Formats: sequence, C-alpha cells, structure tokens
Amino acid sequence: MARKVTTKRRITVTVIAWIIALLIFFPILWTFLTSFKTEGEAVATPPHFFFFHWTLENYLEVSERSDYVLYFFNSVVISVGSTIIGLIIAIPAAWAMAFVPGKRTKDVLMWMLSTKMLPPVGVLIPIYLIFKNTGLMDTRTGLVIVMTLINLPIIVWMLYTYFKEIPGEILEACRMDGATLKEEVLYILTPMAVPGIASTLLLNVILAWNEAFWTLNLTAANAAPLTAFIASYSSPEGLFYAKLSAASMMAIAPILILGWFSQKQLVRGLTFGAVK
Amino acid sequence: MGQITLSKVVKRFGDVEVIPPLDLEINEGEFVVFVGPSGCGKSTLLRLIAGLEDVTDGHISIDGQDATELPPAKRRLAMVFQSYALYPHMSVRKNIAFPLKMAKMDQAEIDKRVDGAAKVLNLGDYLDRRPGQLSGGQRQRVAIGRAIVREPAAFLFDEPLSNLDAALRVGMRLEISELHARLQTTMIYVTHDQVEAMTMADKIVVLQAGRVEQVGSPLELYRAPRNLFVAGFIGSPRMNFITGAEAEAHGATTIGIRPEHISIVPEGGTWTGKVVVSEHLGSDTFLHVDIEGREEPMTVRGDGEVPVRHGDTVQLSPDETKIHRFDAKGLRIE
Amino acid sequence: MATQHSRAAARLMISPAVILLLLWMIVPLAMTVYFSFLNYNLLMPGAHNFIGFENYKYFVTNPAFITALINTLVLVGGVLLITTVGGTLLALLLDQPVWGQGIVRILVIAPFFVMPTVSALVWKNMFMNPVNGLFGWIATSFGFAPFDFLSQAPLFSIILIVSWQWLPFATLILLTALQSLDSEQVEAAEMDGAGPFARFFHITVPHLSRAATVVILIQTIFLLSVFAEILVTTNGGPGNASTNLTYLVYAQSLLQFDVGGGSAGGIIAVILANIVAIFLMRMIGKNLDA
Repeated sequence: MARKVTTKRRITVTVIAWIIALLIFFPILWTFLTSFKTEGEAVATPPHFFFFHWTLENYLEVSERSDYVLYFFNSVVISVGSTIIGLIIAIPAAWAMAFVPGKRTKDVLMWMLSTKMLPPVGVLIPIYLIFKNTGLMDTRTGLVIVMTLINLPIIVWMLYTYFKEIPGEILEACRMDGATLKEEVLYILTPMAVPGIASTLLLNVILAWNEAFWTLNLTAANAAPLTAFIASYSSPEGLFYAKLSAASMMAIAPILILGWFSQKQLVRGLTFGAVK
Repeated sequence: MGQITLSKVVKRFGDVEVIPPLDLEINEGEFVVFVGPSGCGKSTLLRLIAGLEDVTDGHISIDGQDATELPPAKRRLAMVFQSYALYPHMSVRKNIAFPLKMAKMDQAEIDKRVDGAAKVLNLGDYLDRRPGQLSGGQRQRVAIGRAIVREPAAFLFDEPLSNLDAALRVGMRLEISELHARLQTTMIYVTHDQVEAMTMADKIVVLQAGRVEQVGSPLELYRAPRNLFVAGFIGSPRMNFITGAEAEAHGATTIGIRPEHISIVPEGGTWTGKVVVSEHLGSDTFLHVDIEGREEPMTVRGDGEVPVRHGDTVQLSPDETKIHRFDAKGLRIE
Repeated sequence: MATQHSRAAARLMISPAVILLLLWMIVPLAMTVYFSFLNYNLLMPGAHNFIGFENYKYFVTNPAFITALINTLVLVGGVLLITTVGGTLLALLLDQPVWGQGIVRILVIAPFFVMPTVSALVWKNMFMNPVNGLFGWIATSFGFAPFDFLSQAPLFSIILIVSWQWLPFATLILLTALQSLDSEQVEAAEMDGAGPFARFFHITVPHLSRAATVVILIQTIFLLSVFAEILVTTNGGPGNASTNLTYLVYAQSLLQFDVGGGSAGGIIAVILANIVAIFLMRMIGKNLDA
C-alpha cells in the first residue's frame, strides 16, 4: 500500500517488531554466545551476556571428542543424496503432470500428498526389520533411500507448482519448431525450470538435514548424522552447556545460512503452491 | 506449396463434439482468416491443423500429403501464438534461430536467415536482448521472425494481436498484411475481431459452434451473408434486424439493413425516432435511434458533421436495394 | 492440449514416482498389519503364532494408550493454536513498514531451520533447567521459586518448544498471504466506510483463511509425529505425562522389542492420522481448487 505512515507510528511498530523478533531469535543467540564461554561462565548467575572471556575451546573439544566430521559428512550425504535422487525421480513425473495433465492428475497429486500423512511409526517396525535383515541398518545408503521416499511427495509437488507456471504455449511453440522431446527438455524446459529446481533442492536439503525420526531410529555409530550427534548430548553430560552450545551451533549453522536464502521457496514449497 | 485440405475433420473432447464433421480447402498463398465468437472452435481448428491436437476423425492433408498422423514438427507449419511463446531465457537471436537449430542447419545459413528476418522485421537492434526487455509489439515481431526463418509451407496465427493495444494492433495488422504480400505464403489467421478478418483476409471462414457458417471473400460476406449469424457478425456496427409485418412486406421473416445503408432524411422517412446516443467519431457519426415498436435502438451511420444530438427526433430511410432478406430458418433469400 | 503420443509418454514419466511411493506405502504397511496379529517379540525367539486382535486389545487397554492419545491431540491442538494465533498477529505486525524489515524477518524465521534435537536440548538445559536455566534465574531474581518445567509441566514445555519451532513457519506463510492482499480491495472497503476492525474481519481474515488452512494442514502432518523433542527432553515422562502416540509405539517396539504390540499401535496411529487427514484433505482440496 502506498500509504503515508506517520514517523511516530513507524517508530513504535519498529520497536515492537524488533523486540519480538529478538525474543524469538534469543535462544539461538544465547546458544551462540554460550558456545564461546567457559563452562563456568556458561552457568554463571547472574548470566553474563556479552562481557565474558571469549574462547574457541568448546569448538575444538567437541570436534576432537566426537568425530564431528563424520557426522557432518553423513548429514551432507543423506540430505544432498536423497534430494538429488528424489529430483531425478520427480522431475519427469512433475513435468508430465504439469504439461500433460490427465483426468486423474489432481487425484495422483493428492494421493502423493496423502502418503505424507502416513505417520512414520506406522511403518517403523517393518522398515526397522527390513533394514536389520538386509544390512541397511546404520548405513548411509539406507537412510538416503528412506529420506528420498519421505520427501518425494514434497519434491513432486514443488516442482509441479513451478512447472505449472511455465506457459504451455512455449512448449507447443518448441514442438512446432521441430524440437524432439529430448531437445525440448534440454533446451527449453530445463533452463526455464532451473530456478524452481534449485529452490526445491534447497528446501529438501533443509528438511532432510533436520529430519529426526528415521535418522535417530535407523542409525548407530556409522551413518548417524548431526541430529543423532546432538541427541547424544541429552544424557547428563549435556549439562556442559558451553560444549552443548558449540555442538549445536556446528549442527545448525550451515542450514541456518541456507535457510535464510530460501525463505521464499519455503513458503511455496511447503504449502504446495497454495500460498504465493 | 501451402495447400491444406481438411476432409470430414471431427474433434471431440470426451463426449463434447467441438468440431462436427468439417470440410475446408485452403489454397496455396491464400490469407485465410478463421473468425467467430469465443468458444466457436476456431482455435481448436487451428491447433488441429498444427498437430497440437489429435483429430478424432477425418483427414488433414498438406500439399496433397496426408498429415493427419504427423507430429507438429513434421508438418512444415509455423505458428505464432497469442502469448508470443518466446523462450524467455534466450536472446532474440537465439529465439529466432531455434527452429533452424532444431533442423540441424549449419551455423552460417542460420546466421544468414536470422539476419534476413531481423532486417525484414526491423529487429536488428534488438537481437541480443532478452524477450523480457522488449515491448509487446517487438515481442510479436520476434515471434513472427521465428516463424518466417523456417520458410514454412504455411503460417498459423492464433489471435496474435489480442495482447497489443489498439494503436499497435493497427500497425501490426498492416505489417502482417505486407509480409503476406511479400512472401506469398499461405497464412491461416484466427481472430474474434471481424475488423481484422475483413481487413486482412483473402478468404474468411466464419465459424460458430464448430460449424462453418460461410466461407468467402470479405466483400462476399459483406454483400451476401448466407444467414443471420454471418449477417450479424460481419460488419461494424452490427446490421439492424427487423422482424414482423415490415419484414413480411418484403416477403421474409427477418430483414436486415446495415447502419451505413440508412440515411437521415428531412421528411417522408420510413421510420421516425428519437436519438438515444450519438457518437461523433469525426469521420463518421453513429446514431442510436429509438423507434416505436422496436426493442433495440436502430443504429445509423451518418457523415461526420451530422448536427444531431441526444433527444432530437430524426426521420430515417433505408436504401431499398441493400436490404437483406432471411427466411424462417435464418437463411438468406436471394 | 495433449496428443495420444504425449499421453503415453506422460504415463511412463509419472510411473517411477508413483510405483516407488506405492511400494513405500503398501509393503511396510501390509507388514505392520501382519505383525500386529502375531505374538512376536524380538526377545523371545520361536514361533510367532497368530493371536488375532490380542495385540490391539493389549495396546488399547493399556492405560498409557489413552494418555498418549490425549497427549497427542493436546500437543497438536496446543501448537496449532499458539502458532496460528501468534503467527497471524506477528504477520500483521511485520506487514507494517518497519526499519530493518529484512533483518527482522531473518530473525523471526530462524527457529524453523534449527533441527529438533538442537532446539529441544537448548530449551531443556539452557532455559527450562530449574538450576542453571535462564528461566530459573529470571524467577529467582523476581523472588519466586524456580519452576521445574520438564517435571512439573512436561507436556506444556514440549508444546512450548515445538511452538517455537513452528511459529516462524506460520508467520511466514500468513505474511506472504497478507502481502498478496489486493490493496485496492482494502481501499474499496475503506471508501465503503469500513473501519480498521471491520476491514480486518471482513477483508483480511477471509483472505487469510486459505493460508491458515495450509498452515494447519502442513503442521498437523508434522506435529502428529513429533518424536525427537520428546526423546531428548523427557523420554515421555515423568510416567507417561509427555508420551504421545508416536513415542509410545517407539517405546513399545524398539525399547520393549514387542513387534506385535508396537505394530498394533502403529496401525492405530495410522487410523488416527487418517481420520485427521480425511478431514484436512477435504479442507485443502477445496481450497486448492479455488
């Protein structure tokens, strides 16, 4: 709205908005600050906010103690791997549904969404047993498979909403221009869809990175990603706040940064295009 | 090159018959316009010819060769879409070159043809821009450029001017007509605007509900509309229709008289009425006159300087030789 | 727009995704159903005899089941209430011109990107811990006794943690919807003499209803399966005070190794989710068509 807003009102709104935003953000900020404290300062009463002895020791200790690199590597492999495989399966499906919609396309889409409604516990035991008997338990391959399947509906939906926005006439034009299906996908569809595919990729990496049902139940020492790494701090030794904070920051920092870049896509992606 | 024949072509979407069996002959080098109200099936017909839709029944042949089953790319037709359908991620040059690249033409020939088309269409300065940076008229020209470089057997236009503003529309209309005069290639042009149809066509095909109502040159349609629908559709402003006793006096169920064939007379006119609205266009004046016993006002065209205003009473007299007569079925009586 | 040829190709392109999802849905689910009728415990090797509905009977009559069911609904309902109401208010606030809007948005959205195990542990230890947590310190500095959130009000604490994670999502979606509100519509209402409250209830709220539907649908999907937050904070306790259905099934199957009982619980969770889902799909299906 091109409205004139009085400066006084604007100041009031700004102050309120900042206070609320900082309150919401505070737990992350507090974790960040604590991660640079010594254990003693981390539990000091009254709490020290900024004036404390800043140290990197916690980060060093955490990475030495728990092989952080392996967990991080597992997280990357599982989230990126499952997203890429998901995209490979979903791109043709979404393409077909967007450009050659049949009578049942809408039903298929709704059905895919409904598979997301299946609570993971409903299939926990069979998956657990299958994994145990096939040697997939505690392997990155196994988790990549599960993550691919649980995020596939979201990937298909997201791509579908992006592809829907490519005008059908453009594809017809290129068919008239003599492009084969392969050329159509290569020269027209892919370049036009790249932004949408990139957003889908980003959001799904985030979702898979933070997934904490299957990653906790299907891994032990080898394939455990960062979610499990942090969960290991739930034992009483988690009372070492500074180290807990350092470990937490190391687990969330990459995704926090990615997430800030993908806010807009988040809305589209997770709402299946229903809100723009 | 560019002879297209449709025989007994039928198109059904599910149970809905959009095009009942239809025959049509389009001759080489002709500028054919499909015209009709929205939903009359004209775009569907064009898309059947293009191969973007499958025909349910019947045959389409291009240059004597059966093309019914050919994919769009193999029909040697080029199409200009309503939304222009330019590839947004490619420069103008790449857009125009795209069909040639798909035809695996060598680069030197592609460059030659693209430059040629750019010259014809005044696009020389824009070749390295993206479609998003062009105005509506320029985009339209790029779309036409992409069509002409292929040297197709025929051009298909699907309401190409409907996204342009009025002034540009007139300009582009002329450009397309000039292009046709120069290339002498068959063009099939779909529009809902009868002015475009009248000004551009060699042959007009008037469609309603998928049926061909009449095929003929613009003046044939204007002079001798075959039925009430064509009579009402062709000509602007619309023909006035009169039913009842007056029509019966002419031996018809309905008679029609075009606004330009009615004159304002000082006295002794056939009809007397009150002016509801008078539209002064400068070159012409259109009067809408309320006449007793008629529901709709009668439209009359006068010259630009007619000194008549809202509320005046005028006497009107038709040119008896220009009265069209229609029977109970709405068909023309010769 | 399609021809026969492209239709066949389309079917071929959709099939991998459909087949995979179908397998993912049907095979394990069928196995769960099968197990749920067996006397099958991993600790007791031997024959798994068919025992009919015994597992279901056992699971449903277990007092923990009713508690878990109620907890699940309270958890979902509580978080939905906090996030949609809070999200609407926050969205309205952020829709105003604010200096540093970009940064404010980034701060508000951040919790959504924090993995559940991290947020649960940070809240549990650094805020809700009665001895060393910040809340405890705030309480003592005002002269109150510190409140032990996770043992006194475990479910409420978990609702709080989960709400913190999902509030950004609700806010972001409602804000996006709010920004797509046609300002001419608002101005037209203003010209028609509608005051700020009338405008809010007659223009803004109906406009937001679609977005709110989506927020509720998506969050419900995820909230029915809240797991990590419970695992790392309370382990479902004290007693069963913070056990939801997901956690109960997990405990039954992977802690007590009772495959049969856990499967029966899993099927009950699926049925519950379906009841909620049918209701929600109707809602969103209608909204998506519009």
